[in-house]
Amino acid sequence: MRKLLISATWFLFILIIIFPISFIVTGAFEEGWSGFIEALTRPEALHAMKISLYIVVVVTIFNVGLGILFSLELVRGNWLARWVKPVINAIIDLPFAVSPVIGGFMIILLYGPETVLGIFFASFGVDIVFALPGMILATMFVTFPFVVREVVPVLEEIGEDVEEASRTLGASKWRTFRQVTWPSIQWPVVYGAVLTIARSLGEFGAVLVVSGNIINQTQTVTTLVYQDADYFNVVGANSLALILCLISIVTLLVLDGLKRRQEVLRSEHSSEGSV
Amino acid sequence: MRDKLEKYALRSILIGYLIVLIVAPLSAVYVQGFSLGLSNFWKTVTDEMALHAITLTIRLAVIATLIQIIIGTLIAYVLTRYEFPGKRYLNSLVDLPFALPTAVSGVMFLMVLTPNSFVGQMLDSIGISLLFNQSAIIIGMVFVTFPFIVRAVQPLLENLDEDQVQASYTLGASKWRTFCKVVFPAILPGIIAGSLLAFSRALAEFGVIALISGNIPMETLVASVYIFGQIESFNTEGATAVSVVLLTFSFLVLWITNLTRRRGDI
Repeated sequence: MRKLLISATWFLFILIIIFPISFIVTGAFEEGWSGFIEALTRPEALHAMKISLYIVVVVTIFNVGLGILFSLELVRGNWLARWVKPVINAIIDLPFAVSPVIGGFMIILLYGPETVLGIFFASFGVDIVFALPGMILATMFVTFPFVVREVVPVLEEIGEDVEEASRTLGASKWRTFRQVTWPSIQWPVVYGAVLTIARSLGEFGAVLVVSGNIINQTQTVTTLVYQDADYFNVVGANSLALILCLISIVTLLVLDGLKRRQEVLRSEHSSEGSV
Repeated sequence: MRDKLEKYALRSILIGYLIVLIVAPLSAVYVQGFSLGLSNFWKTVTDEMALHAITLTIRLAVIATLIQIIIGTLIAYVLTRYEFPGKRYLNSLVDLPFALPTAVSGVMFLMVLTPNSFVGQMLDSIGISLLFNQSAIIIGMVFVTFPFIVRAVQPLLENLDEDQVQASYTLGASKWRTFCKVVFPAILPGIIAGSLLAFSRALAEFGVIALISGNIPMETLVASVYIFGQIESFNTEGATAVSVVLLTFSFLVLWITNLTRRRGDI
């Protein structure tokens, strides 16, 4: 029975994950190394990488920075009425429940060229839909929960006592944050940031809808993969897919390392406490 | 005074961010939906193609979730209760389907199932086709929802009291009976929470399905791809109406998930 279950597990993993991934590798190298390199250095591929990188950097900066501030206010801010907090908590989770296509569609509805806001921004010469700002907004929407979801529980767990002590002893707000709060939330922030980076690089549906997928203009790596697959460009699609796949695996390894590190820290902490 | 000003500025920025990023866009869908008027909305939703897309998505998401309950529970059980070579790698691999960009997963299954590949040929020779039909959609949904049930059940299995299991054996219960009477009740909350997450993810999935389902109206066109098609052909009404239905459904599932989670805490 035991052997049967273990083999069944191996079989499922091979069937569902390992075996299909091997097809990306063979697809990418169908025409050898030169085909692989050529597919990655096509002008449209290089342009798509640039756009993706741009989105990842801007979204990560915004969502990490504001995510930290948001978590701090959500946990520590006593200006919020008691009933407001659960509402905000629920709102933060919403992006996880929304289909990516709808995530993109919302932005078209709100900032499209025929809407009030769209016309307003266009009068300043800024296009939101079918341009970078819309793609960034869509990705920001999709990745918003990651940092907040990691930081809030930690802030709740450490409590306010130490911060209050620091403030009573005359430390400024900024100094309290830097020397007391930050050390305990830095790893959750990193963890959330890695998730944000991975997701904003990999986001497909929302970006496809908002960007219009215009080659050499608003095309990201994932939407180029989609277009290549649509045009039966096997080597092109698989080469880029392989790179994205490797990045996902590295991301998982990093997250795994961070998790293990946190567990070690926690067990050290608890053993100190028991002594 | 300056301190206070700073505080208010910060708070307005944060609230503004939440409104601009999440609240306003989501409300835009509902406002647009209501502006159609009830009869118009109803007509658009019950349009033959739209209605078929919605019911198809729900039906296939249910099937994918049921499959996931079986394989997810099995994998979680094996990964927590048994020691065997390669276990650590498999455990890290569980999250890969979630981490992989959906366009990549789509290309991957396209490569596996295409009639040119040896898998495609093999399946073809025994008369099975898994590409561009409903089974392709189920494959895609099962793949993207892979981690949910495993990750929800694992911690419950780890916390399971080994003494109870042993006691059940000692009292002469068979393995199967022990599983049904002792293990299963303990992991049931995890299975429920995980399958709700899996179900809502399957409902929302777009990337994989768009690539491998063939998107044939009245046959393999799911709701998210239908919405995409309507946006592409500038039919805002159709896109909005189906979005409202899908969003409402997802929010309901999210709400139920939160309810069960809260009950689990007590």
